[in-house]
Amino acid sequence: MKPFRLAQACLASVCLLAIPATSVAQTADQALRQEIDQLKADLETLRKQYEDRLSALEVRLAEAKEPPASAVPAPAPDTSAPATALQTSAAAAGSSKVFNPDISVLGNFAGAAGKNPFSEEPSLSLTEVETAFQAVVDPYARGDFFLSAGPEGLEVEEGYVTFTALPAGVLLKAGKMREQFGKVNAMHTHILPWVDRPLVSRNLFGGDEGVADAGLSVSKLIPNGFMFVDAIGEVYRGDSDVFRGSSRSDLHYLGRIRGYRDLTEGTNLDIGGSYASGPSATVPDFNTERIGMDVTFRYRPLRRAIYRQFIGRTEIMWSRQKLAAGSQENASGFYASGDYQFARRWFVGARGDRSGRALDSDLHDSGAAIHLTFRPSEFSLVRGQYRRTNYADGTDANEFLFQINFAIGAHGAHPF
Amino acid sequence: MRVFIRLMLFTAALVAMAARPSAAAVRVVATTEDLASLAREVGGDKVTVVGLAKGYQDPHFVDPKPSFILEVSRADLLIVVGRELEIGWLTPLITSSRNAKIQPGGNGYLDASANVRILEIPTGQLTRAMGDVHPQGNPHYWLDPANGRRIAQTIKDKLGQLSPADRAYFDQRYAEFDKKLAAAESRWDATMGPFKGTKIVTYHRSWPNFMERFGLDVIGYVEPKPGIPPTTSHTIDLIAEMKKQGVKLIVVEPYFDSKTPLAIGKQVGGEVLVLAPSVGGSKEATDYIALFDYDVNAVVAALKRTMGK
Repeated sequence: MKPFRLAQACLASVCLLAIPATSVAQTADQALRQEIDQLKADLETLRKQYEDRLSALEVRLAEAKEPPASAVPAPAPDTSAPATALQTSAAAAGSSKVFNPDISVLGNFAGAAGKNPFSEEPSLSLTEVETAFQAVVDPYARGDFFLSAGPEGLEVEEGYVTFTALPAGVLLKAGKMREQFGKVNAMHTHILPWVDRPLVSRNLFGGDEGVADAGLSVSKLIPNGFMFVDAIGEVYRGDSDVFRGSSRSDLHYLGRIRGYRDLTEGTNLDIGGSYASGPSATVPDFNTERIGMDVTFRYRPLRRAIYRQFIGRTEIMWSRQKLAAGSQENASGFYASGDYQFARRWFVGARGDRSGRALDSDLHDSGAAIHLTFRPSEFSLVRGQYRRTNYADGTDANEFLFQINFAIGAHGAHPF
Repeated sequence: MRVFIRLMLFTAALVAMAARPSAAAVRVVATTEDLASLAREVGGDKVTVVGLAKGYQDPHFVDPKPSFILEVSRADLLIVVGRELEIGWLTPLITSSRNAKIQPGGNGYLDASANVRILEIPTGQLTRAMGDVHPQGNPHYWLDPANGRRIAQTIKDKLGQLSPADRAYFDQRYAEFDKKLAAAESRWDATMGPFKGTKIVTYHRSWPNFMERFGLDVIGYVEPKPGIPPTTSHTIDLIAEMKKQGVKLIVVEPYFDSKTPLAIGKQVGGEVLVLAPSVGGSKEATDYIALFDYDVNAVVAALKRTMGK
């Protein structure tokens, strides 16, 4: 019935439009001609006016080009200032595109050579294409989306709203987020100072990608006269390789406290402690916990900030996994790394790794890596990394990894 | 339950502390020392001012340190250079500040570039193949005293809006600064006058406003493209061009490596001069007017030396 009515209505409106058009056509023809003549005449006068004005302007320009009588130029006329402001607002009014989010696309092309029976890194692969959309939502919030396309398909790596205007200095984030456990987990793959993630995060906290989940994050600055202290509390659904909730009440919780202090204008210390607890993804019906400590030392002399930089990092993680009533497996691991910028575009770094396995604390993997990174610009990098891993079963793997990272689109914030 | 009540009380106390009206002075945070200096000129003792980036640091590459988050979180007014100068570091500071007042569009957010004269606004298609181009024009606009005056005026209006009771005070401070600046300008013009039209080279495109104001002609840059480090072929071309046109002076910002400029200077028999691009860029550049005093005198001294060669 509905489509039929729609067709009728359409037909009727077409007829209505057509009838007056044909009946008035002849009288309109004459009127149109008159109008065209009038328009032609108007155009001609306009053209003349413009030509006159143009020639007047040219004369003035020529005068202006001649050396001025006084040696001191008059300060730039204030009229130019409103002009720039006008330009911006005119452009803004002209198109709703100005409200489009900042868009950037990052490609991570990586490769691996050498034997490693435990590694699934392919010889060559476009491991990730990350598309970011970021903008202010309204006076109260901003929105950030990071869509990541990899060999496994397209997924939302992160997508969250940040409420920036809450009272009492509270910052609230809601959506899917990388969990703020330690330092490395919160980093996107392209921000990492290495090609891979450290052994301890691969073994104990989320594998190659880290842990991201749907939840809420609340943080508050703790005012004190001595240092920056940020307290973070997060709650997640539990849908990752580490935490998995089987029912609605099976949430997983995370707490983090971060302290930061400038030591001098060019050096600073960043320390944090994290705790996460929730239903285990590997041993269903049992709880698992993670505890982490992280320390970052940065050196960046301000006068030479674009040439020299050193970042030393370490993270220690403990895992407590309940296996059955009264039985628990405790594992731990750490990494320590140093990255040094020795020229405007060159960085070198080393990392030491050691980690137990969450389900069998008797097994320990260890490793070491060195890398050399060349950054042609802020928007691309080429990195080569040598990695040696000694697995708990006695296998030794020597590998060469490399990556090319490139970004197009909006200029994002520099990582810190 | 008792723990819960205690926690609530503690939170309430925290909220009360946060909501307590701030001291009479307007807390101003400026992203650079130049804007901070202008805010001090106009605000006098009715404001407290903190500048984030130091004058001797590249304002494009500033770390968004948590200590800056603390400053921004307490600000009543955040003054930014704008034109994407702080694009790499300001957004995380603002987002993490938990301060509704200074969010873009908020009453306490002031883009100092709103009423100034901007040079080098690019036209046509832009790509990053051109280097670090700024789509909204050259952001180093504070290096023209006429723009400094306009910025001071913008800040004065904003402060008057935030603290209406002190409006007359800010007006008076601005009028005094205006007078002081006008006197200084005629001093600088007199000093620079004889060198009008002299050709020079600069490292980065930090100086178009300064050079235009004082009539110096920048014929080339040590950087082949903005933000791209010097290349051998570009350096060779630049040396040839400088020799052809008889250019002897290379102006360098304090945060760039002077190796290439020194090599060029040696080749052309000229001199490398480190100028202060911002307040604090040299020991002598202690405020906005002292910045120009230092730069103008340094340029003239260097030009006298190189022209004598």
